This record gives sequence, C-alpha cells and structure tokens, in this order.
Amino acid sequence: MKPAAGARGSFSRAVFVGTIVFLFLPLLALVFYSFNAAKTPTWGGFSLVWYERLFNGSEALWRALGNSLSIALAAAVVSTLIGTLAAIGVNWYRFKLKKAVQAVTFLPLILPEIIIGVSLLVYFANIRLPLGWFSIFIAHTTFCLPFVYLLVLARLDEFDHSIVEAAHDLGASEMQTLLKVIVPISVPGIISGFLMALTLSLEDFVITFFVNGPGTTTLPVYVNSAIKYGLSPVINALSTIILGCTVLLSLLARNFLKYLAK
Amino acid sequence: MRGARGRGAVRNYGTLYSLPIGLWFLVFFIAPLAIIAVFSFMQKGVYGGVELKLSFDAYAALFTPGMGKVLLNTVIVTVASTVLIVLIALPCGYYMARSRNKTFLLILVIIPFWTNFIIRVFAWITILGSEGVLNDLLRSVGLPPQQFMYNHLAIIIITVYAYLPYAILPLYSTIEKFDFSLLEAARDLGATKPQSMLKVLIPNVKSGIVTAVLFTFVPIFGSFAIAGLVGGEDTYMLGNYISDKLLKQRDWPFASSASMVIMLVANLGIFLLMAVNKKPQRRAVADSAADQGIQGKGAA
Repeated sequence: MKPAAGARGSFSRAVFVGTIVFLFLPLLALVFYSFNAAKTPTWGGFSLVWYERLFNGSEALWRALGNSLSIALAAAVVSTLIGTLAAIGVNWYRFKLKKAVQAVTFLPLILPEIIIGVSLLVYFANIRLPLGWFSIFIAHTTFCLPFVYLLVLARLDEFDHSIVEAAHDLGASEMQTLLKVIVPISVPGIISGFLMALTLSLEDFVITFFVNGPGTTTLPVYVNSAIKYGLSPVINALSTIILGCTVLLSLLARNFLKYLAK
Repeated sequence: MRGARGRGAVRNYGTLYSLPIGLWFLVFFIAPLAIIAVFSFMQKGVYGGVELKLSFDAYAALFTPGMGKVLLNTVIVTVASTVLIVLIALPCGYYMARSRNKTFLLILVIIPFWTNFIIRVFAWITILGSEGVLNDLLRSVGLPPQQFMYNHLAIIIITVYAYLPYAILPLYSTIEKFDFSLLEAARDLGATKPQSMLKVLIPNVKSGIVTAVLFTFVPIFGSFAIAGLVGGEDTYMLGNYISDKLLKQRDWPFASSASMVIMLVANLGIFLLMAVNKKPQRRAVADSAADQGIQGKGAA
C-alpha cells in the first residue's frame, strides 16, 4: 500500500467513522440500559435487577436457549459431514451430476430465506412431520450446508492435487487417502465451515419462525415474541451477555484458526 | 485441470461423496420448492390448506388494490435501503481498503454483526420506541414525545443497519484488489477527484457493487421481521403478508404464489446483474460468499 498522499480519504474517513458510530451506538444503548434500575430509558440508578430476573424466573427463555444450542450443534455436525464430503467429491473427481450438485448447492444462497421457510413449512405439513426440534434441525442443516460446502471447497482449491496422486501411487487405498491426506489438509476449511454453521444456526430467525412448533422454539424466535408482547429490560440483560459471549468466542475462534493456519 | 490428473486405476468416488448432499437437497430443498410451485396453481381448501384443483385465484389475488399497496411498500423499502446501503458501503470499503489497519477495521465492522439479528432490531426499538431514548431526550428538554416507529423511515433505517455489513464486506474485498495507482494516473491526467472516482474506481469495482446489491436487495425484498416489529398495517411488506396468510389463515396457495413472486424477483435481479457484469458472476458471487464466510463469521 502506498503512503497517504495529501488529504486523501477525508470524505471516506468521515463516512467510515460515522458508520462505525451508527453500528455501535444501538448496541451500547442496550448494554447501558441493561444496568438501569428503571424500566424506561430514564436513568434510575445502577442495578443488576434485570440480570437477576434473567436468571430467576425466565424458564421459557432458558428452554429456548437450550433448543438453540442443541439444534445448532446437531445441524453444524450433520452439515459439516455432508458438506465436506460433497466438497471433496466435487473438488477431486469428475462425474456426471457434478454440475447439478454445484448448481443446487448454490441456490439456497441466493434465494431469500422466507422462500425456504415457507416451502419447508408447507412441505412438513404435507408429509405430516410434526413441527418441533426435528423440523428446525432439518431446516437449519439445509441452509448451513452450502456454506460448509463452499468453505471446504475454497480450502481444497488452494491445494496441490499431486499429493493425492502421490498417495495413490504409493499404494494408499481410497479410504486411507481420504482420512490421511484429504481430510487433514481440509481441516481449517472444515473448522471454519463448522463454526459458520453454528453461527448461522444460532442466528437464524426467519426460517425458524416458520418451522418452529408449539413448545419448541429457539432463542431468536422467543426474543421476537418477547418484544412483541411488551419490552422487558430482561432482553437488554440477555443481549449484553450474548454480546459479551459472542465477542469472546469469536476472538477465541479467530486465534484458534490462526494457530491452525501456522 | 481436473480431468488431466490421471486417475489411472483409482475408482471415481465423486458420485458417492456427493450423494448425501444431493439426496438432502432433493428431499428438503427441491421437493419443498416444487410443492409450493404446484400449490400456487391450486385452489384454497375450505379449512385452509389446499384443494387439488387447478386455479389461478392465488395469482389473481396478487393484483388486488390491497396487494398493490403491499408491493409498493416492499419496493420502497427495498430500493431505498439498498441504495443507501451501497452509498454508505462504497466509501467505507474504500477507506478500509486503503487503511493500514485493515484487519482492525474489518473486525470493527463485523463485531456488531455477531450479535443476533433480532437483538439488533430490538436495540433500535430501545432508541426509537415511545418509551425510547429519543423520546426520553425530547421529554427532558420539555418537548412532546414523537412517534418514531411504525413508518417507512424507521424500517429503512433499521434495514440499512441490519444489512450494511453484507455490502461492506464484498465491496472491501473488491476494492482491496484495485490498483490505486490508476487513480493517481487519472489525477495526473487532469481528472478531478470525484471524476477519478466515478470514471476509474467505480467501473473497476463493478463486480463488488453487483455482489453488494445482490446480497442486500434479494434478502431485503423477502424480509418481514423488521417491518413486523417496527412497522404497522400501513407499512406491511410482502413477507409480512405471506407469513400472515400462511400462519394465521393457512392459505397455502396464496403464500405459494406470493413466494413465487419473491423468487421471480430474486432470479430476475440476479439475471439482470449478471447481464450487466461481463464476468461470469456465478463464480464471483460464490467466491464472495466464501470470502464472507472466511472474513465474516466462520474464521473471523
């Protein structure tokens, strides 16, 4: 990069700084008001009452969080397995339906989420699959798959294919080549795919909104209805904790990946 | 070249490896899409659901005056938000690409993105709501409280907020590859600064702009959560209408035909943008999606 020439970028800097303020201000407001004793934004003194309320007497919220976590984990594991396998297949081999596989994994990325939600809901109703944990798990795996597939594929694309030939020439069986050569080199891709799937699943609102069932819902859908039925500063407290956790986890994940990449 | 790798006696496992993903998408993606495509041409059942009789009622229902308003709302919010997002994201991406602390700036942009989408919307309700920060400020200086929510402006502001990073990231990664000495060359040849931006930078980062528009326009067109939380009857979007028809009235044909419209718009948008771009956009979009994954969530 060339050094700065004159007053270059004063306009773009102003826009960028403004954008960062715009992006952070609402979140800071959330954190700030989570420590407010009053129920309205008027400052009523420092208090942890909403945190206390969050940990005592919010069973439905904790159940929703439990569902969110178990579904995210299951969807991430399954989509990572299936997506990685497909990425390896598409990357190393030429076969008849390759184009079809590539096209169909691309589609969910460009379709608005609402389409996936609506179509899955109508479909589940028709095959008489009851809405609940399992229906949410299926929906989440479906939209996570393309991301895992693409991330692993991106990793494999960087690789020198001759090492696989070398493995074969040296007499490794397909299974040995897969487990001892291909999978190890794709590990960073697999891990980022897994983490991505985990995040996407935890984050999803739109699709879950359609396919969740009575009694089984996830945290975002729960928070959505909590907002609709009247704002409670408990959500502020929850948001602050989630914000803290995601920043912490993401930094950990980042360092972990950096460590792996070395 | 993949074919020239000389597989020799090694068996081709490509089909086998791709079988699980193929089956999964066939059963849980293609089949559901096919079903709503068929149902959009069927009659509504008496007690909800669908009756297997050919009918164009669900499409005719799209051309009623009430729907006209809903479609207009959807287009207003989508176009206004997308334009604003790209106008904000372009200078941001440019600034980030020319900065010496790229990673730090990237993290700054991404951190708010890590919080849950619904929580980000909620944060805005804390600010704009009738008991919110803004009204609190008004009251403290003795002014009457105002209604900041339940209008297009509130929906557009929050939509821009929620989707901005989807445009900043692809624009940043495209501008980062741009050869900035071209700008200096343009200036040396007598172009003004705005001219050099418009005539040299913009045409060269067209693919990034296309991706940014694609990543924002399409999801916003099908969105309903923001309009559902901070909008009213007057600002209903197509997505709100679909979710009401589907969940409250169990009107499958209508929800299906309206979904077909969203799908059509999404595909048209992609088609148009691909035509504008001479580069094979499919790959570029896939790359950006992977880029986003790498820079955005997964590895960040």
